[in-house]
Amino acid sequence: MRKTSITLQGIGVSPGIAIGKAQQLNLGLTPIPHYTLLGDEAVQEECERFEAAVAKAEKSLEVIKEELDPALQDHVHLLEVHQMILRDRLIFDETLKLIREKKYNALWALKRSLLKAHELFRSIDDEYIRGRVADVDAAGELILRNLAGQDHDLRNEIKERAIVVARDLSPADTAQLQLERTLGLVTDMGGRTSHTSIIARSLNIPSVVGAEVVTRFVDTGDILIVDGTTGRIVVNPTDDEIRHYLQRQEDEENYLKEIKRKAHLPAVTQDGVAITVEANIEMLEEVVAAKDNGAEGIGLYRTEFFFMNRTDVPDEETLFGEYRELAELMAPHQVTMRTLDLGAEKLAVSFPRHQESNPALGLRSIRLCLHYRDLFKSQLRAILRAGAATKNLRLMFPLVSGVGELLQAKAVLKEAKEELSRERMAFHEDMPLGVMIEVPSAVAVADLLAREVDFFSIGTNDLIQYSLAIDRVNENVAYLYEPLHPAVLRFIRQTVRAGHAAGIPVGICGEMAGEPSYVPVLLGLELDSLSMNPQAIPRVKNLICRSRARGNQKFVNRLLKIPTAQEISTLLQDVLMKRFPEEFRILEPGLPTSKALQRQGMLKSLENIPS
Amino acid sequence: MKLDRLQSMTEQDQEFVVANRLGIHARVAAQIVKVANQFQSDIWITKSGSTVSGKSILDILTLVCPQGSKVRVSASGVDASEALKALATLFQTKFGES
Repeated sequence: MRKTSITLQGIGVSPGIAIGKAQQLNLGLTPIPHYTLLGDEAVQEECERFEAAVAKAEKSLEVIKEELDPALQDHVHLLEVHQMILRDRLIFDETLKLIREKKYNALWALKRSLLKAHELFRSIDDEYIRGRVADVDAAGELILRNLAGQDHDLRNEIKERAIVVARDLSPADTAQLQLERTLGLVTDMGGRTSHTSIIARSLNIPSVVGAEVVTRFVDTGDILIVDGTTGRIVVNPTDDEIRHYLQRQEDEENYLKEIKRKAHLPAVTQDGVAITVEANIEMLEEVVAAKDNGAEGIGLYRTEFFFMNRTDVPDEETLFGEYRELAELMAPHQVTMRTLDLGAEKLAVSFPRHQESNPALGLRSIRLCLHYRDLFKSQLRAILRAGAATKNLRLMFPLVSGVGELLQAKAVLKEAKEELSRERMAFHEDMPLGVMIEVPSAVAVADLLAREVDFFSIGTNDLIQYSLAIDRVNENVAYLYEPLHPAVLRFIRQTVRAGHAAGIPVGICGEMAGEPSYVPVLLGLELDSLSMNPQAIPRVKNLICRSRARGNQKFVNRLLKIPTAQEISTLLQDVLMKRFPEEFRILEPGLPTSKALQRQGMLKSLENIPS
Repeated sequence: MKLDRLQSMTEQDQEFVVANRLGIHARVAAQIVKVANQFQSDIWITKSGSTVSGKSILDILTLVCPQGSKVRVSASGVDASEALKALATLFQTKFGES
């Protein structure tokens, strides 16, 4: 009998459409039988069986470590920690004790030890330490699978090209996947910056994460459609749906191929205004994607990524090596190095001791750097040194709230330069310095900030959240996340005008820059540069080249007189459909009225949203 | 045989302050265990009255030692002084971190 088609919504983290058979990876679901062993001989055998399972798990981690992709070398220490947990007295000795004394079968004895460890970790106040229970589970699961006789080698599980469906994928799991056989990835857990998402993006595998319940609805062998652009998943699609998506897949691929061919050309409007289009990246490996897609530089290098997914803090030399390689790879194009912008959600890994009731307004980003001056200075030194030869690096401070804070950060920068001079180290003395404009107070004093720096870059994601006072991952208020809110547009205009009055360029490096639908608005607001995910560049460049700057300025003057985001959005949509019909016939416009609200499909109070 | 071992056993301890910025996180705990496992002696780590095995990564992690924690490391066994010396180096070099 034919199964009914179900559509689920997750977070699209790597664009493209994949259609294929699902392959469930049943990780973390080993069934646990429970029985009592009879006789000393059985006990002895069970102990040996357990020890063999541990040895096998140990060895499999060793193999993964050796075969690990060089891009993922940072995870080696994590695998070492897992190896050590396998032999930890609380797991290893405890399990053997339960087998011997209580005559439990090995699986049950191990499960009991793991549960005991869970209790121990749960009682701990420190968030970082409490979170390590995930490592205990990951290590435990390896032994459990061996004991249950499941072959956990993921390479053998994927027999044909398939869409991998899993609850979650750990670094060890992802490292083992045969990605050339993977058509797409779908997971229940995860977000845009989770490990799986980053790997998927860098390998161009259409992926949707955070789909919450997808594993419950999908069986191995089911036909699946994964739309990594919209985050939609269709399970057991109807023939019509398959036809629709096949057509979309083909149209999308052809269209993207065509505009990508022209992506290396500069983005100049028909009336001759050149816009610098750059890429936002977080790892060195993404430079290739950035260049392929026609980036004229890196407008935002998120340096914090290199600090995440690891438990130690990289020292100056390590950072210097990484940054210099980036500078050399991108030269002569410029690279904007944003200093550590560790947010609340990322704090837990590296800075275990700061638990705040309101992290978005807490010790983060530049504040955190000013709090840990040595850490900040070592990063500044690494950046200054890395730009010595190529001179293409720019420095940018995030989350600056006013001139006072900027001056403090500049004082640390001055110290770093003085130290480097004293030590006779080569560095780029006149490296351009900029600030991100993402706090409403920074907009208010933009004219004062402009005197102190060489450029502005507007971080629209945070600016929108802070100025509209909404947390966009909170589903009760996410509908209020309106990039076209008149306040946001006014803030951008005010920032651009303040920058231009002081003779410095102003760009945007938030998600707004990469959304093709906003091109007319951003051109009209007279931004000098736009920095975005590499994959978004060809579409944005294409639309810029087909626009007229002056016409858009008039259009934006009109928009700025409209009182609600909703009306602005409607007008913009009309204009887009008229000016770029084929663009938006093939790819849906990403305006808040359409996509963002669909994303909030789970919203309970839909009737409250103005339509 | 057992008696010989007992006679040559020594017990030593030393106090340290956890000096690296991140305190004893997973990788540091792994480093401590790695060093401790090179010796026959029993290794114990004490912090504010709780004592745990220096050869168990989970024990050390759940002792929770952020920067500034005062801990006492003790070693007892035939190679206690060598063990303590090796561990002292680790603590004093901030586990190779800043």
